[in-house]
Amino acid sequence: MTAATTRLSSRFSLPQLSSRQQLGAFLLALLLAFAWLVPWLFDADPARQQLTRILQAPSLAEPFGTDHLGRSMLARLAAAIRLSLGMALLSVATAAIPGVLLGVVAGWRGGWSDRLLGSLADACLALPGLLLVLLLVAIAPGNFWALYVGISLVLWIEYFRVVRARTQALVTSPQIEASRLLGFGPTMLFRRHLWPELAPQVFTLAAFGAASAILAMAALGFVSVGLRPPTAELGLMMIELLPYYHEAPWAMAQPIIVLFVVVMSLNLLAGKDPR
Amino acid sequence: MTSRWTQGLGRLLLSRLFQAGLVAWLVGTLTFILTRSLPGDMAYRIAAGRYGYDMVDGAAAEAVRAELALDQPAAGAYFSWLWDLLQLDLGRSLVSGNPVIQELSHQLGHSLSLAIIAVLLSLLIGPPLGLVAGLKPGGMLDRSSEVAANVLRALPPFAVGLLLIMLFAVTLGWLPVAGHGSALHNVLPALTLALGLAAVSSRVARNAMADVSHSAYYAFSRTKGLNERQSFMRHGLRNAAVPVVAYLGVQFVYLIEGVVVVETLFAWPGIGHALVHAIVARDVPMIQGTALVMGLLFVMLNTAVDIACHFLDPRRRHA
Repeated sequence: MTAATTRLSSRFSLPQLSSRQQLGAFLLALLLAFAWLVPWLFDADPARQQLTRILQAPSLAEPFGTDHLGRSMLARLAAAIRLSLGMALLSVATAAIPGVLLGVVAGWRGGWSDRLLGSLADACLALPGLLLVLLLVAIAPGNFWALYVGISLVLWIEYFRVVRARTQALVTSPQIEASRLLGFGPTMLFRRHLWPELAPQVFTLAAFGAASAILAMAALGFVSVGLRPPTAELGLMMIELLPYYHEAPWAMAQPIIVLFVVVMSLNLLAGKDPR
Repeated sequence: MTSRWTQGLGRLLLSRLFQAGLVAWLVGTLTFILTRSLPGDMAYRIAAGRYGYDMVDGAAAEAVRAELALDQPAAGAYFSWLWDLLQLDLGRSLVSGNPVIQELSHQLGHSLSLAIIAVLLSLLIGPPLGLVAGLKPGGMLDRSSEVAANVLRALPPFAVGLLLIMLFAVTLGWLPVAGHGSALHNVLPALTLALGLAAVSSRVARNAMADVSHSAYYAFSRTKGLNERQSFMRHGLRNAAVPVVAYLGVQFVYLIEGVVVVETLFAWPGIGHALVHAIVARDVPMIQGTALVMGLLFVMLNTAVDIACHFLDPRRRHA
């Protein structure tokens, strides 16, 4: 695995995946295919209630059964995966781009910009992440964008810190000094020297960040301060189905299993042993 | 002697104090924005909370408005809001009508006992497992504990809690499902948090121990004639303890987040449960109070970790 990561770091091209990462990528591809193919192949509306057919066991017509309002579990799970992965992608991108750029600025320039950005990051880290997200969600309850802003605000710090530390070390390295003396501009230096070194770490952080974004959204849904019903969301589905555990244990188990597979696939894809 | 031990401790405490101030400011500011963005007239809402919905009239609302300076421009109101916070005047809960401090002191005890039991339990499970696994990297125990840790890490605390409830409370019927009262009620919520914490700390301890057991000084302690046990006790334990303890600080993020979710799941009468309830009920003073206490608790736990690391690792003192 370490061999794979060092190989990975020296390449600009497509990274070589370790067997662990391949398994993660495979699982993620399965989830993506499931989430986006279901609405094509089935006539499935995640919000359509059929009160005469509640809590039905899996059958040919409803491969995953129905929930307490007779809604198709298949459609709801697919919608929940689309929502979770979409939100994760959005907040990771929102966090990673400024995080990396500000990290490079702080590590490269040093001085007051470093101190200013560093204390900004410390301010966002003063509270545990979920608490910050909770407070933001309290301002606009049930709002997807509050959730998204909160999660991105928590996530960008990791990119910033890692990139800053790495940049500080790299800027004084002989190869960058040499390129500078040859008169190359900062864009060129970033593309040629910094990014290839930073990319694998940013990729790892992005995979973990996506997993924690999904977990945060599910946690808020679970304590019913996140998104509101009837949205199909994994945490929300768990807490909605909890009272029907005895009648329909399979329904209750589905969102848990899906959340587990989503997070597991992202953790595996991240590659390194997460601390 | 004392100066040698306390060297550098002051700066460390100062930065944590600064963090505590930051927490108070952040919580105060966010809850202030919350009051200003509440739908409807804040004065009527607070008056309704104080006197009951049937007793509210225009005069009562005006009295509240004047008392809390709600008619003031936002900037002035913001500073008086922060000033109240600085004096630890957290106001009264809009739901129960009791002072927030009184509610908090009641809930803090429950949360603390849950958190302490969880941390102790996780320290009993995680690091010992990791240390033993780290002595033989790649062995059976190492591999199986890695798989278990990976599985647990992919499950959020509420899912672990649900699975434990189903297994121990519903299927086996050994333990109560939720609630509070006897010592047995502690077991499931604490175990839920502890498993998540131990999943990480066992891996940290394993990596630390693997590093130590491959190091030159560890090999030397064996060649100079100490037996396995002696070199572990004298050279292994303390060196491996530093990353484990330092990493506890990061794990407290998980603990605080877990407390919110796990208390809600198990109907545990603690601060996390109160925070969630306050958010649902839009009880602003309680949101502020609970978030503040949880934030400060986080800072305090991290300070404790800093101090522990300071005494464990002499290299930090002289750095």
